[in-house]
Amino acid sequence: MNVENTDPPSSLRNVKHILLILSGKGGVGKSSVTTQIALALAGLGNKVGVLDIDLTGPSIPRMFGLEGQSIFQSNEGWMPVSKYEEGTGALKVISLGFLLNNRGSSVVWRGPKKTAMIKQFIKDVVWGELDYLLIDTPPGTSDEHISIAEELRWAIPDGAIIVTTPQTVATADVRKEINFCRKVNFDILGIVENMSGFVCPHCAECTYIFSNGGGQKLSEEFEIPYLGNVPIDPTFVELIENQKSEETNLVALYRSQSLFPIFKDIISSIQGQNVPSRINR
Amino acid sequence: MSAEVSHILPPDYHLKEVEPEHCPGPESENAGQGDACNGCANKDICESLPKGPDPDIPLITENLAQIEHKILVLSGKGGVGKSTFTSMLCWALSSDEDLQVGAMDLDICGPSLPRMLGCSGESVHESNTGWSPVYVAENLATMSIQFMLPQDDSAIIWRGSKKNALIKKFLKDVDWDALDYLIVDTPPGTSDEHISINKYMKDSGIDGALIVTTPQEVALLDVRKEIDFCRKAGIKVLGLVENMSGFVCPNCKGQSLVFKPTTGGGEQLCKELGVPFLGSVPLDPRVGRSCDEGKSFLDEYPESPASIAILNVVERLRDAVGDV
Repeated sequence: MNVENTDPPSSLRNVKHILLILSGKGGVGKSSVTTQIALALAGLGNKVGVLDIDLTGPSIPRMFGLEGQSIFQSNEGWMPVSKYEEGTGALKVISLGFLLNNRGSSVVWRGPKKTAMIKQFIKDVVWGELDYLLIDTPPGTSDEHISIAEELRWAIPDGAIIVTTPQTVATADVRKEINFCRKVNFDILGIVENMSGFVCPHCAECTYIFSNGGGQKLSEEFEIPYLGNVPIDPTFVELIENQKSEETNLVALYRSQSLFPIFKDIISSIQGQNVPSRINR
Repeated sequence: MSAEVSHILPPDYHLKEVEPEHCPGPESENAGQGDACNGCANKDICESLPKGPDPDIPLITENLAQIEHKILVLSGKGGVGKSTFTSMLCWALSSDEDLQVGAMDLDICGPSLPRMLGCSGESVHESNTGWSPVYVAENLATMSIQFMLPQDDSAIIWRGSKKNALIKKFLKDVDWDALDYLIVDTPPGTSDEHISINKYMKDSGIDGALIVTTPQEVALLDVRKEIDFCRKAGIKVLGLVENMSGFVCPNCKGQSLVFKPTTGGGEQLCKELGVPFLGSVPLDPRVGRSCDEGKSFLDEYPESPASIAILNVVERLRDAVGDV
């Protein structure tokens, strides 16, 4: 029997904060929220790493316009794909999408293989110095989630940002995810309600396509901070989809998006919780 | 007696350490014999687990023998409306009194079907012929893990092997009786649930898969993977439906594309991959509301363009499985 190792993974040695983006429900915008938090943080001069552990449906490479890129193996481990570097800000990404030859190929894996992959993603990536590591997750409470909780057991992550959409059908699954976080001792930093209303481009009338208020209700019921609601904004999708190449300075472009102030607020309320840096703790 | 989740756990075993990188899987036929098994502390445990052709598969085949059509509702992407469409399909089919319909919810970590079918408070009962499904209407039976949870919001923190055991139970021990249609709602992705349902139902004959997508490329990207999975697994793709395509403002009646099809949407993907396109369903905020309330949107708002579009897709799907 091995003596249990209680040291955090050495690859995360110089990472100040670790945030997980979780939701029980699929398609609520976990990857979109992850992307926007990353772009906003980098735009504010932080060094940001994004780890995508959605192995069977990785969206992060597409989000950052990095499809077709690959991860390089160096002596120390896997080198993340770099998206942006300017002043003190930087943005690096790791996703299984970078290991696939063809963007249409399916990754048909049972649990043990997923577990092994996540272990490698945690242990073997050369992140270097980071202010924030954002971990984007798949929906559910299964192999990927159990594995990441195990791998981060001694790594003192700051906690989880829970993403939901307003309908009951979505919040029902999100409740399960909140209970998961409590079971594995992830602190919950707050709830973001995504797809909260759509502003008609013709008449500026806001319609709650997926109802509204579900996130707020959850936060009151579970006594979790409410970080804000994010409306549906087709111009953000356009920004993502119109990236001409990986050279596009998404961070700078994002600063002029109407969603940027919303995410800036979300970030300040997370930072306002004053979770101390992992380093030297 | 009411069935509880704790009764259905798989053969219990505990691994001494986490599975190694190239682990063939503790429940696979090569368990304990793969290259990665040498030196692994779990080798003995894995070797001792039951192997060979699964003795349960003939039992599943027998239990499903009286089911005419079996359709999987798939999508690589989450939140595109798999469960919504499954419930609509069930409402539409069961509105014909002569059809017997079953709906099986394979989404174990995020079951949505019971709520959408308006039966989330029910529980499953065990009889000597097996577990009785929950009847939403006389001719509409449904089964989901939600019926077995101690609390509505209990989290099911299960690894794949446990989920597989439950799926097997749903196929082998649920008293589905004679059905014209069994519609299987699935979780997003291409992992344990998908591999298992195909493996367990192969001998019974799956008519095929209905693929659900939304128009954006971020969704289509995952849907491509799901279609690739179907091809690899030998599951026929009956067709693809594009959900949430377009929105009509209730105030000014102006049309807008909430989820922009920047790469041509579902129809273009179908052309590219040679898959039948069954139609697109516009966004209607009342769809979500009806699902939250567990009511049939098709009955509540038959005049909605979404209702008309859904019924058209259902007709094409019935044609695709040869039911005229």
